[in-house]
Amino acid sequence: MRLLYFAWVRERLGKAEERLDPPAAVATIGELMNWLAGRGEQYAHAFENAKVIRAAIDHRHVRPDAPIAGASEIAFFPPMTGG
Amino acid sequence: MNVTVRLQREVFDIGAETAAMTRGRSDIGAVVTFIGICRADENGAPITALTLEHYPGMAEAEIARHVEETCARWPLRGVTVIHRYGRIEPGEVIVLVATASGHREAAFSGASFLMDYLKTRAPFWKQVETAAGTDWVEAKAEDEAAAERWAGAQPDVEQPR
Repeated sequence: MRLLYFAWVRERLGKAEERLDPPAAVATIGELMNWLAGRGEQYAHAFENAKVIRAAIDHRHVRPDAPIAGASEIAFFPPMTGG
Repeated sequence: MNVTVRLQREVFDIGAETAAMTRGRSDIGAVVTFIGICRADENGAPITALTLEHYPGMAEAEIARHVEETCARWPLRGVTVIHRYGRIEPGEVIVLVATASGHREAAFSGASFLMDYLKTRAPFWKQVETAAGTDWVEAKAEDEAAAERWAGAQPDVEQPR
């Protein structure tokens, strides 16, 4: 699946996007954030306060318990400051 | 129903946009416009510029969903949302929300509702440039509270469409 990162999540990771295939056991957004946090120091730093990070699956806001099966694009970002 | 949702780098012209929104209609009695402007300060400190990052694709889709919800709640006859992205300097416009209806209640309430949702759910992120460097603007609790006050609120009066 395609993962996108925005704002300071993107800065901490040093990249705006990547393609990854998490193991089947990673079933929800929350579990995906945990799995990503374990991938290295920059990931741990980006996801250290998971409660603050928002997610979207295929352009729709989702909660941490949302299942990721079938998603083509998942984005992680801080609370929004548009408008 | 004249609906326009646009994301762009360039400054927009409010007169041109409201004229386009009302063009060809004789049933509009009220137009409300909100313009968000870049202030010269953030949290008490002067800024030299604001940079707006956005999520292309999702920003348009999310704004379109907000517009649909607004039109479901109030009898609007036109809605225009234009949101800029990229580098913006103090004094420049950032966002336009314009609504048109037969009577003013729907236009005022619709514009207010749409702005409260844009502030909390449209995927944009502001970064300010100050003398000390660049800094991400933090989301405000008041904006979340403003969006939440609409949950469960219904329009006051049934108006003819």
